[in-house]
Amino acid sequence: MGDRIKIDAQDLHYKDLNQKIHDALGSGGKDIELSHVNGQRYIADGLKNDIRMTINGVPGNDLGIFMNGPVITVNNNAQDAVGNTMNGGKIVVRGMAGDVCGYGMRGGKLFVLKDVGYRVGIHMKGYKMLNPIIVIGGNAGDFLAEYMAGGVIVLLRLFGRQNGDSTTGDYLGAGMHGGTVYIRGGADRKKIGKGVDVAELTDADHGLLKGIIREYADDLGLDADKILDGRFEKLVPLSTRPYAKLYTY
Amino acid sequence: MGIKSSTPYGKDYGGCGLVGIIDRSGRSVSGDMIVSSLTSMKDRGNGLGSGYAVYGAYPDLKNSFGMHIMYNDISARGPVEELIKTKLKLVLAEPVPVKKIHAIPDPPQFWRYFVDPPATIDKTDEDGIDDLIVSVVMDINERIDNAYVVSSGKNLAVFKGVGHPDAIAEFFRMQDYSGYLLLGHTRFPTNTPGWWGGAHPFTILDWSIVHNGEISSYGTNKRYVEMFGYKCTLLTDTEVVAYLLDLLIRKKGLSLTAAASVLAPPFWKDIQEMEPLKKDYYTALRMCYANASLNGPFAILMGFDNGILGLNDRIKLRPLIVGRKGDIVAIASEESAIREVIAEPDDVWAPKAGEPIIVTLKEDAKH
Repeated sequence: MGDRIKIDAQDLHYKDLNQKIHDALGSGGKDIELSHVNGQRYIADGLKNDIRMTINGVPGNDLGIFMNGPVITVNNNAQDAVGNTMNGGKIVVRGMAGDVCGYGMRGGKLFVLKDVGYRVGIHMKGYKMLNPIIVIGGNAGDFLAEYMAGGVIVLLRLFGRQNGDSTTGDYLGAGMHGGTVYIRGGADRKKIGKGVDVAELTDADHGLLKGIIREYADDLGLDADKILDGRFEKLVPLSTRPYAKLYTY
Repeated sequence: MGIKSSTPYGKDYGGCGLVGIIDRSGRSVSGDMIVSSLTSMKDRGNGLGSGYAVYGAYPDLKNSFGMHIMYNDISARGPVEELIKTKLKLVLAEPVPVKKIHAIPDPPQFWRYFVDPPATIDKTDEDGIDDLIVSVVMDINERIDNAYVVSSGKNLAVFKGVGHPDAIAEFFRMQDYSGYLLLGHTRFPTNTPGWWGGAHPFTILDWSIVHNGEISSYGTNKRYVEMFGYKCTLLTDTEVVAYLLDLLIRKKGLSLTAAASVLAPPFWKDIQEMEPLKKDYYTALRMCYANASLNGPFAILMGFDNGILGLNDRIKLRPLIVGRKGDIVAIASEESAIREVIAEPDDVWAPKAGEPIIVTLKEDAKH
């Protein structure tokens, strides 16, 4: 892995910070640690390198946008739009994350320890070998998996929300037409969007879920068996082409 | 914490940014603190409007209404002062101290007037006195060319204008002010002009509003408040929210939470699922105050004499996050803006859509 390159992000604008990251990669760096990060946007924007990055502090919006390769660990909360249109690699957030995380995500993994905000995983998609995965340890705001077209979202609800109720959010999977959402503790039928159905897990689902949860628990220091012990339901789209007849008939 | 310069990185920023900081114990928060927090969101705002509200700014004159007035043309001063002297008792008139800086070319002139109700009015009739102040504000805004009331509350100072938040802070000497509650806003105007009167906060009496979003229902809301004598003259949707709150809370007697439920009402489908009493309550609120509900995306902070209310639209189309450390609570567009001034918050959480976050002064600190 080589030496760890440390970058102090204190008071740096995101452009200067990203330049320092590029400089570090240019000098052969494979392991980068950022400290005093606070709100800088677009960190690791579009990076294709096979590297590790550790972030101390709260990264700004669009962390890992268009990223395709790096493995990023955030030792704190993250803000909105983490993993926006991400193509590959992994982002592990050891706190909570904001709205629209994993927007249009097409590959890679996003693991969040605690709650996420609204519209997480919307327009997420998969194609052949690309199968994006989002795992949320806490609860989700409304519109989780809205317009989802592929990939996997796992909602664990291991912790209560700050303000009480443990939730999947409303309009869950609204407009979904591909991919799968696994929900620990089951889905509230009143909170499900149109066009989705709730189903029991098959053996294949259990196999897939076990692999994902083991990796997630490993990354975040949780007990995988305890998590897998819960009852899961899955959300699947009723149709892969809900609007097939809209323009043709 | 130093005040940092606004973005030197070209015009790739977008979205409004807002922050509110309150010390529940009533202790003073420095003007620099809100400026540091706001300016840390470098990618928000575009220099076409920034502003601050400072509650607790005028402790020596806290029983008088403080009217900050902006003159686009100083010839308006005569008619304004004549109107004030006719309707109210003038305690003190002075120019708002400013520092001329290159970043703020050709600013309007600002005066502040501390006023009391006239001797003819019953001192115990607080509502009547407030109504009188509101009518004077509306008269100035509507009838006197080139004069606009920036703020009219007690112990409240509002500074706003066209410029980046650090420049506006320097121009108005924010470092000289402190208060128990401060609001800040950096604007990215989308569909109304970026002019001095269009910067946030928007205020009436003790209410002040900063807002990120669009009030799509502005026309409906504007016509509604006009029925009660409020005049929207500042060419920006957010103005109407200040008047709605004065109407709903002061005039109609709604609680803060009820007023929040009027602005961001629960969906009918959710009302249908409620227990009977709650169902009746929310149905009544929606029926009575349909014209006061806000459509469109918003995150708003509302300051008032005893606290702050944060509210999102009911499907959460704008960011809002809360942080707390001891008695200090900050609500902002981004967590980083909170951490810029509160290093290790005890708690950080994201409010639910349509769920008001209300933080008031502790009982012994109330005004």
